[in-house]
Amino acid sequence: MCGIVGLFLKNDAMQPDLGALLTGMLIKMTDRGPDSAGIAIYGGAGQGLKITVQSDTPDVAFDGLAAALSDAAGAEVTVDVVDTHAVLHLPLAARDAAIAALDARAIRIMGVGEAMEIYKEVGLPRDVAARFDLAKMGGTHGIGHTRMATESAVTTLGAHPFSTADDQCLVHNGSLSNHNDMRRRLAKKGVFTKTENDTEVGAAYISSRIAEGASLGEALEGTLKDLDGFFTFVTGTRNGFGVVRDPVACKPAVMAETDDYVAFGSEYRAFADLPGIDAARVWEPEPATVYFWER
Amino acid sequence: MQSLDMAAMELREVNATLQAQAETTNQTQWVIENPRGAHAVAVGLDAPIEVTVKGSTGYYCAGMNAQARVHVTGSVGPGVAENMMSGEVVIDGDASQYAGATGRGGLLNIKGNASSRCGISMKGIDIVVHGNIGHMSAFMAQKGNLVVLGDAGDALGDSLYEARLFVRGTVKSLGADCIEKEMRPEHLELLADLLARAGADAKPEEFKRYGSARNLYHFNIDHADQY
Repeated sequence: MCGIVGLFLKNDAMQPDLGALLTGMLIKMTDRGPDSAGIAIYGGAGQGLKITVQSDTPDVAFDGLAAALSDAAGAEVTVDVVDTHAVLHLPLAARDAAIAALDARAIRIMGVGEAMEIYKEVGLPRDVAARFDLAKMGGTHGIGHTRMATESAVTTLGAHPFSTADDQCLVHNGSLSNHNDMRRRLAKKGVFTKTENDTEVGAAYISSRIAEGASLGEALEGTLKDLDGFFTFVTGTRNGFGVVRDPVACKPAVMAETDDYVAFGSEYRAFADLPGIDAARVWEPEPATVYFWER
Repeated sequence: MQSLDMAAMELREVNATLQAQAETTNQTQWVIENPRGAHAVAVGLDAPIEVTVKGSTGYYCAGMNAQARVHVTGSVGPGVAENMMSGEVVIDGDASQYAGATGRGGLLNIKGNASSRCGISMKGIDIVVHGNIGHMSAFMAQKGNLVVLGDAGDALGDSLYEARLFVRGTVKSLGADCIEKEMRPEHLELLADLLARAGADAKPEEFKRYGSARNLYHFNIDHADQY
């Protein structure tokens, strides 16, 4: 069991409230996933590149990081430290040099993108949200996850969301049964995962399909054919998010839409504090059917 | 009218209050305010009371109901009216998966859609769904009636026993051992009564009946080499 939430804002005036709304939704899903929690929040595209990094020893790892990366990348890199995470801001052209320098310093990269920032840690959703002050964050859309671990250990890297390409991430409720086979198939194509986790393989599958030219919709359709097991997936992209459930659809999912937003939750409870929810259209996404909303 | 506000009361207190009502209670009208998607709202009732839940609930609403009439004005999560014994549960919105599972009696009246596994292993309950139902509905259903005014998803009535299934719309596919059957006068009469009790705007003649071919009841010697 895990909990998933997602919120896509149609009303730009609500953007400053995105973090607060998502935090409330995430905490409501604590019963479904008390082991770890994470959030991918999208916003501020068009202002260069953001790299979200994590370290178990942030005092040491992030000390002097801005200067070192600026030297390595030959461009100005700024570092905003948020608890165990830091968001690096840099020009798009400095991407590869900065990532190489981070790898050399053994700093974990959580996600890369123009719009996406990822924060995830072990602990109760309430505590994780407080550590990162998620409630103060704004943005256009975001997805979150509360984890009850099954397929890999309770660690920061085992927490969701998983990002395997720029501005793309995946959260998952369920378990994949062919993830080892798929991991090998992806590796043969040069797509490598960092953990033993099944969901990361799902994320890598989707991003590799998109890299091969598939649309988000086609990549999500592909999960129905190529991934075996139980899944309700919510995937985030720069422009929006997509939802797909396996054909058996035993993992719960509910959606709500108003003129202001589209919301996803593992349970209706997650929606209870959303503005205007009493008048929202609420429905259960169909099995083996791809849904997505984009700006 | 007694009011129970879940914004101010714990779930257990709400349920214990309703469960404590005697069969002869004079406090028959109850309202539950602010359910906000909570699980297990109004479960285990066993008195002829009427409970209105104002809003939407999570898992297992009105589970094991006996005698009571529970009316939810919003939508319900998985497992509504699971193992209902008698009484009536009315949902104004949609129901999630396995609505009415294992129910033994009473009427589950869903005004919206029900998703997958509606009426799974039903054992005597009557279920009326005004909208559509999802896949694997009435799986291993043993007894009772499932009436669907809309469409049914894949594998309707898989491994069915003696429950009767009535669908007005299309059936995406029938499950193993489930077949369409003749609608005889007694079925039209039964259906007319169920539609009237559920306040459904439909005519019995518009429905098709599905039931068990009873081929799975007995071992088939031709299949011996498959074991």
